[in-house]
Amino acid sequence: MGSNMAENHPVGFQWVMEARERGAQVIHVDPRFTRTSAMATRHVGIRAGSDIAFLGGIVNYILEHDRWFHDYVVNYTNAPVIVRDDFRDTEDLDGLFSGFDDDEKAYDPETWQYAGMDMHAAAGGREQGFTSKSGHAAGEGGGGAALPHGEPPDEDPTLQHPRCVFQILKRHFRRYTPELVADACGCSADEFVAVAEAMCENSGRERTSAIVYSVGWTQHTVGVQYIRTAAIVQLLLGNIGRPGGGILALRGHASIQGSTDIPTLYDILPGYITMPHVGAYENLGHYIDANTSRAGWWGNFGSYAVSLLKAYWGEHATKDNDFCFDYVPRIDQDNSIYKCVLDMFDGSVKGFFVVGENPAVGSSHAKLHRLAMAKLDWLVVRDLVDIESSSFWLDGPEIESGELETTQIPTEVFFLPASSHVEKDGSFTNTQRLLQWHFKAVDPREDCRSELWFYYHLGRVIRQKLAASKDERDRPVLELTWDYPVSGEHQEPSADAVLAEINGFDENREPLSTYKQLKDDGSTACGCWIYCGVRADGVNQAARKKPRWEQEHHTALEWAWAWPANRRIIYNRASADPDGKPWSERKRYVWWEEGESKWTGIDVPDFDEEKCPDYVPPDDAKGPEAIAGNHPFIMQADGRGWLYAPHGLTDGPLPAHFEPHESPFGNPLYAQRANPARQQFERPENPTNPPGSPTYPFVVTTYRLTEHHTAGGMSRSVPYLAELQPAMFVEVHPELAELRHLRHGGWATIVTTRSAIEARVLVTDRMKPLLVDGRRIHQVGLPYHWGSKGLSTGDAANDLAGLALDPNVHIQEVKGFTCDVRPGRRPRGAALPAFVDRMRREAEARE
Amino acid sequence: MSATTERVGFFTDTSVCIGCKACEVACKEWNLVPEDGLVWTGESYDNTSELGANSWRHVAFVEQRAPLRVDGDQAALSEDPLRWLMSSDVCKHCTHAACLDVCPTGALFRTEFGTVVVQEDVCNGCGYCVPACPFGVIDRRELPAPDRPGPFAGKADGRVWKCTLCYDRLGGGHEPACAKACPTQSIQFGPLDELRERAAARLESLRADGWNGARLYGEDPSDGVGGFGAFFLLLDEPEVYGLPPDPVVTTRDLPGMWRTAALAAGALVAGVFALYGSGE
Repeated sequence: MGSNMAENHPVGFQWVMEARERGAQVIHVDPRFTRTSAMATRHVGIRAGSDIAFLGGIVNYILEHDRWFHDYVVNYTNAPVIVRDDFRDTEDLDGLFSGFDDDEKAYDPETWQYAGMDMHAAAGGREQGFTSKSGHAAGEGGGGAALPHGEPPDEDPTLQHPRCVFQILKRHFRRYTPELVADACGCSADEFVAVAEAMCENSGRERTSAIVYSVGWTQHTVGVQYIRTAAIVQLLLGNIGRPGGGILALRGHASIQGSTDIPTLYDILPGYITMPHVGAYENLGHYIDANTSRAGWWGNFGSYAVSLLKAYWGEHATKDNDFCFDYVPRIDQDNSIYKCVLDMFDGSVKGFFVVGENPAVGSSHAKLHRLAMAKLDWLVVRDLVDIESSSFWLDGPEIESGELETTQIPTEVFFLPASSHVEKDGSFTNTQRLLQWHFKAVDPREDCRSELWFYYHLGRVIRQKLAASKDERDRPVLELTWDYPVSGEHQEPSADAVLAEINGFDENREPLSTYKQLKDDGSTACGCWIYCGVRADGVNQAARKKPRWEQEHHTALEWAWAWPANRRIIYNRASADPDGKPWSERKRYVWWEEGESKWTGIDVPDFDEEKCPDYVPPDDAKGPEAIAGNHPFIMQADGRGWLYAPHGLTDGPLPAHFEPHESPFGNPLYAQRANPARQQFERPENPTNPPGSPTYPFVVTTYRLTEHHTAGGMSRSVPYLAELQPAMFVEVHPELAELRHLRHGGWATIVTTRSAIEARVLVTDRMKPLLVDGRRIHQVGLPYHWGSKGLSTGDAANDLAGLALDPNVHIQEVKGFTCDVRPGRRPRGAALPAFVDRMRREAEARE
Repeated sequence: MSATTERVGFFTDTSVCIGCKACEVACKEWNLVPEDGLVWTGESYDNTSELGANSWRHVAFVEQRAPLRVDGDQAALSEDPLRWLMSSDVCKHCTHAACLDVCPTGALFRTEFGTVVVQEDVCNGCGYCVPACPFGVIDRRELPAPDRPGPFAGKADGRVWKCTLCYDRLGGGHEPACAKACPTQSIQFGPLDELRERAAARLESLRADGWNGARLYGEDPSDGVGGFGAFFLLLDEPEVYGLPPDPVVTTRDLPGMWRTAALAAGALVAGVFALYGSGE
């Protein structure tokens, strides 16, 4: 669901095809009939933005028909835990959970906690982060609630207590019946039941089912909760931590997993360590206390954080100076990218690095990005070719429409050519958390340079310029460890040396082999605690390329290296029953070897190797020792999988169906139409198509094609790819074509309150209209690869989308919004914004 | 794989083709086949349209309101059936190859691997092979050849081009580029006998699973071209994919035609003699 795996991950899809050939059912639930649907055993078409209704229906089906995996749910999840008596569900408040502040449009999660606990206790509670205004909660690692030890204070193992999670869950999803699913999603009740039944039939002791998702789930204003619903389904069915199970997030690029592990995000440090906020902590001790979980592996937060500081500032980081904790930059507001772009527009952000990204085409409300970049003092673009983001000032759509004038744009643009992955050493971290090393095949041409080269030398030159400075503020830069060996004509830094720093070392600079060796006394340095061991014994473990067929088990533990500790499935203690025996012979994976008194299996056990299954933590236990022997989810403070999330999410402890920010429909379940906590930017540059507006009556969804890569910089410039999909097109059903007088092969104009674009018309039965809420609804499909540069050019679908974001992760809703479609090409020049304005006024008049 | 004198070929199993076109790209990359126009066709996701001088692999996309399993109970699984068939087409490397038969220069030849290859340095661009191919595979290149010297510079290439089954790669012990790039093993390369066995087993298992439209195409040595060196497993009639149902080597009747022509010529000569010879 929410994934077009065959088209966007064709290489990984070979394993799905292999599974299908071995008898697995492949079910594709998606608004469009894609190449994935064509390969699936079954395709169920649903309305874009209705996935929680569908998945919630599965939760209800499992509970109503008693199909949940009893021993797994009772022992491994928080189903028995009792929640505070002042918690109120969306069923009670018609679409709101308790704690909603209507002025701030944000939740206070206090009432969501387990009974008998105070999340605002002095220490232990993960920092909740910013005020609700920025709509952000810190603590990406989850961390868990402030449990005094590994056990929640109040539980009912019979699952009967009216306030236990299991009963709350039952009530919460009670109305998600097959009929409701059909009404909200537009599929038939029979189709839905067939999917729910297939999931149930293929789960349990003997079988497991996996759920695959991609940005079809994340790119919604309630995207994180889509994934939460899948987690509930998989926990109820016992499909987490077991072979063939799980929730697989397919990424949009080769190393997106890597870019969150060693983040390019503003609010976390490597290894999901909280980025400190201005004024939040007096000192390192306070920071560590506030972020240390009493139980579980976040109990060792101090070791991870101090080792990171040692990796950053080396000998300068000492116990006496709090290991340079004060050198870590503080964040003082929401610095997520869309907010930054608005700050650029408003003039408070003056400079911008665009690296391997093409926001002028690839980011939601691309037009706003171009207008914002036109207000910068300077812009650095690093890419393989000259892209729309580096040339918007010369030939962008706003130059044509007259909204921008080249001579009036103050932005100084530096385009610096980048080398491709075959021109440098490095690693990719894939969705399985597998780090795979690649070696340079050829030298980069001319001025093309690697990112590593660019940032190393940028840092080197800055340090040179600051060398004489006595200014206190320059010390964090001057004292950074910046000593990577370089080689060759262009002084290329060693990627292997960077990997060694990430892996970590001890006082004698001997490489570490596991994060369990990390200390909080400054004796270890480690650039990313979860990657510790990737260079164990001084050997690049990620570069191992021993094929599966030369290894003992299909888990192929000697192919590359997976974090953490080379585990291929995390939480794999759940593959054994509470006593440590495999749930079934067929699904044997990791188990307790009674004779040897240790955990063993065909993977690295994700559990203390010698902790026996009947271990009960003493009351004063801390960290990993506070996790019981039958609780597999060792990163959570209670060691359990969370059906109900008492903490960590900004928009509710349970998922509920909300309509997209822009939708032709009201919410069939609650008076609250869309996610009440979604991040909105109400300003003239970011208008919204009014909900239910007849001016914008169709649902539109954007996507990628196999033949192109994201915003096209890497593919529209390549003849062999450009010729395979040489034009921007719009996919519509024959009925919609008739309704709007669109001719197959001709042109259509697609319009929203933000902009209008044109595309060639591809009339296809694959865009099936759906019956939703008694109305026949059309969906419009738009690939988003095109822009004004390259061999194949076209309008950018992202010009149509606005900024409405998921409040947890600030991801844009481009997988479901509204539009109108008109026959023919769009107006040119100044007539284009005039046309968009006219439509918008018409929509407002009809309100 | 070491070089072999066994006849090798392709078994293209369209039941697992995901339409990624990696075969098209890998073929062009390896064989330096030129890009031949950024033309959007509107034919589903197929912008290659057909095999030709500049497209040696072509993935067809067939969208139909029809069930995947063509008849019986299996067909009734959905009330509103939709299928999107994908199939990577290629030169068939026929056992009886008409292109080779008609080539006057010997540019087309049968390799030690049993494949049919054009020698680009021999072909004079006469084009006789083009209408000879029963599949419309072989084709003259109208694009200019960038690296040709002297009087040819900038002129249309004019020679014929088609799949070589990566003759150069085979010589080096490698499988063809398209088979190497195919992520789902839809394109399988190997000794032809082995591929035929594999295909028969595959067909049997698909049919047992209810794929009642599944059939092999071109695997039979007794067909009109003596069997393909590159044959297919299809999920419906060949016509659905735009393939001729019963291809026949276009030179099949050539010997007969020559005989007839010779007879006619003889008769003519005899007649002439009869008319004039006897009268003098």
